[in-house]
Amino acid sequence: MKKISIKDLNLYYRDFQALKDISLNIDAKKVTALIGPSGCGKSTFLRSLNRMNDLIDGVRVEGRVELENHDIYHKDVDVVTLRSRIGMVFQKPNPFPKSIYENVAYGPKRHGIKNRKQLDEIVEKSLKKAALWDEVQDRLNKSALGLSGGQQQRLCIARALAMEPEVLLMDEPTSALDPIATAKIEELITELKKEYTIVIVTHSMQQAARISDETAFFLMGELVEMDQTQRVFTTPRDQRTEDYVTGRFG
Amino acid sequence: MTDITMELVKKKKGKALKKNIKNSMGEYIIEKFIFILGITSIAIIALIFLFLFRSGIQLFNDITLQEFLFGRYWFPISVNPQYGILPLVAGTLMVTLGAVFISVPLGIGSAIFIAEVAPPKTKTVLKVIIEFLSAIPSVVLGFLGIVFLSSWIRVTFHLSSGFTVLTGSILVSFMALPTIISISDDALNALPQEYHEASFALGATKWETILHVLVPAASSGIIAAVMLGVGRAIGETMTVMMVTGNAAQIPNSFLVSGRTMTATIAAEMGDTVRNGTHYHALFAVGIVLFLMTSIINFIADFALSHGKKEAR
Amino acid sequence: MNKKIEEGVVFSILSFITMIVVIPTLLIIGYILLKGIGTINWEFLTAMPRQGMRAGGIYPAIIGTLYLVIGTILFALPLGVGSGIYLTEYAKQGMLSRIIRLAILNLAGVPSVVYGLFGLGLFVLFLGFGSSILAGSLTLACLILPIVITASEEALKSVPISYREASLALGASKWQTIQNVVLPHAMPGILTGAILGIGRAAGETAPILLTVAAFFLPRLPKSLFDQVMALPYHLYIISTQVPNMPEEIKYGTALVLLGIVGLFYMIATSIRIKFKISNRA
Repeated sequence: MKKISIKDLNLYYRDFQALKDISLNIDAKKVTALIGPSGCGKSTFLRSLNRMNDLIDGVRVEGRVELENHDIYHKDVDVVTLRSRIGMVFQKPNPFPKSIYENVAYGPKRHGIKNRKQLDEIVEKSLKKAALWDEVQDRLNKSALGLSGGQQQRLCIARALAMEPEVLLMDEPTSALDPIATAKIEELITELKKEYTIVIVTHSMQQAARISDETAFFLMGELVEMDQTQRVFTTPRDQRTEDYVTGRFG
Repeated sequence: MTDITMELVKKKKGKALKKNIKNSMGEYIIEKFIFILGITSIAIIALIFLFLFRSGIQLFNDITLQEFLFGRYWFPISVNPQYGILPLVAGTLMVTLGAVFISVPLGIGSAIFIAEVAPPKTKTVLKVIIEFLSAIPSVVLGFLGIVFLSSWIRVTFHLSSGFTVLTGSILVSFMALPTIISISDDALNALPQEYHEASFALGATKWETILHVLVPAASSGIIAAVMLGVGRAIGETMTVMMVTGNAAQIPNSFLVSGRTMTATIAAEMGDTVRNGTHYHALFAVGIVLFLMTSIINFIADFALSHGKKEAR
Repeated sequence: MNKKIEEGVVFSILSFITMIVVIPTLLIIGYILLKGIGTINWEFLTAMPRQGMRAGGIYPAIIGTLYLVIGTILFALPLGVGSGIYLTEYAKQGMLSRIIRLAILNLAGVPSVVYGLFGLGLFVLFLGFGSSILAGSLTLACLILPIVITASEEALKSVPISYREASLALGASKWQTIQNVVLPHAMPGILTGAILGIGRAAGETAPILLTVAAFFLPRLPKSLFDQVMALPYHLYIISTQVPNMPEEIKYGTALVLLGIVGLFYMIATSIRIKFKISNRA
């Protein structure tokens, strides 16, 4: 079942075209990995799925991005609602300089949940889902900045999950982490795909191979090919994909 | 899913992706309100301009522009009043010139010392002291000028009165110094560390590096600092009013009394008749002052942005 | 070896130059403290002036300055912070923001006495507030507005983009993001700038001379439309306009004024050191 479908997406930074005619479908409750060399447009593409590119001056978007058949670039669309349905985790862990509790409760509070008991419950549930509860339950009111990098990133995942999103976008979520913390996050992603649709940008092909169901390979703003992960890595259709996954460039 | 999260989901699903009128109205109103706050500075500048002109321009119902700009006598309350701004401009320029002679070498020298020579702890202490200097109200400096400086000048130069242009220049230079020092210091600090390293690697001493590499590289910032210091000196009011003696004459040396434009406005406004010629004349002086400082500020801004472009 | 000697000589000259700036500053502060401290007592701070200001206290001038400072904050803080928010969070790079920046720059350079003329023309006469606390506060607010705007802008710019992104990605609206993430983080910087501005306002004489300050008014104001005495103007009056003024009252008044202004600076500096904010306001 497709969750997001992208048709003929073009994106420009002023005169520079960063994405060229991208069309692809993202399946529900699967992990889709976006791979490609630096500057290939994979992060830009990811950020166009929750309209984070809107924040940048001079960005222009053409084409359609549909979330369950609703065009998210339609003029009546409320980006605030959109972003509460599509969560995002960033490259560098970016917890707010607030307590662990306040970080997780931030989204629900902005959406009008004020009841302390309800918030407590959301915080606990989200932290458990992000496999962080056991490590932080006795210091929820301590600053989030005191956590390790890996813990901070799981906190950011918990923070996104607290909004009960349908889709989770992850922009190289492990690139700033050590191997052990990375393994934990990968394990978590495999667990989370039971409930969520996950799109992950990664610079590591091993990571894409380990955790994703589908893989899309981007090169210079174009989608070269997209298929089941296994096939992309074993029997790619395009020579450029083969060159990349076998490490001949990039 | 628990009830609570269901509630959150329902809240969102109910909206689908449609805009929530109430929320987006709120955002819209806030955005407009902030926009209005954002343009207050333009409004205030425009109002200052408008109100100075509104009153100042009426002077020329009574006298000609030539009489005002080139008149050599400022006698607003004599039987035959004259409103020539020249002596006031001359007073301002003399005080400023004197202040520049004192504050530019002192300011740039101190900035170099603070930015490049002083050890870190000394640097912090010096910066706090310089900041404190900028905090001293001008009226306090004026007060000390009356008590000490003027008598020192009178005795040193064997004058009948110590209330001279020089007295004003010395005090005003101290008011301009914090501006010159802190902006030059910023300009020096903004230089990339590689400049030092590259020069040291060529065997230059620290001083040679400062003189031949750092100061030229920071020159546009230093020029801006000097210009802003000059602006500060031209605009200074209370100190000069208290110590320069306020004789409305074109000063022929630094050791005679003089009167600045600022002091004239502050000292005479209280005695004017609202909407009389004298009142309008003071606003006209205000216009001249406003234009002078604006031009100096634009030059400073130009130097700064020019420097930034070059650095890129 | 010659180079080394030359460098040593130059650095000594530079340190000497710095001392020429620093030592008088310390002397000024120290001397006023020394000469004024003896005058400061409860009566001086809380009594009305008597015998043509040659005796008694400076209570009404202290209160007047206090009122002016409070009024200035009430006007300048929301305007300045709002302006800063507009420039950093909403304005697009373009003609308008360029003009706003030029306006701010220009405002920062306008001499204080010109602000006085402006306040006299607009607030005192045109709007009919008369010589009053209201007119004086508004004039001082305009004077410190560029300081508050610049400080707010710097503080807001120092908030990492990643915080804004995280908040927006969670479905918080732009204003919610500003309110809950950006402003709290920028607050120490904004406060530092605001306090420095207020210190400046408290010490200014020329603008209040034309818009609010009374020569001698031995009672407290009853409304916003009353005139008040103010410390800087009072110091000006007693050191130039009143013959046979006792020295100790002059030094006492100077010390109180310097103390109030210095207090604001010390608060600002300690906030800055505590939150490690860069030195430029």
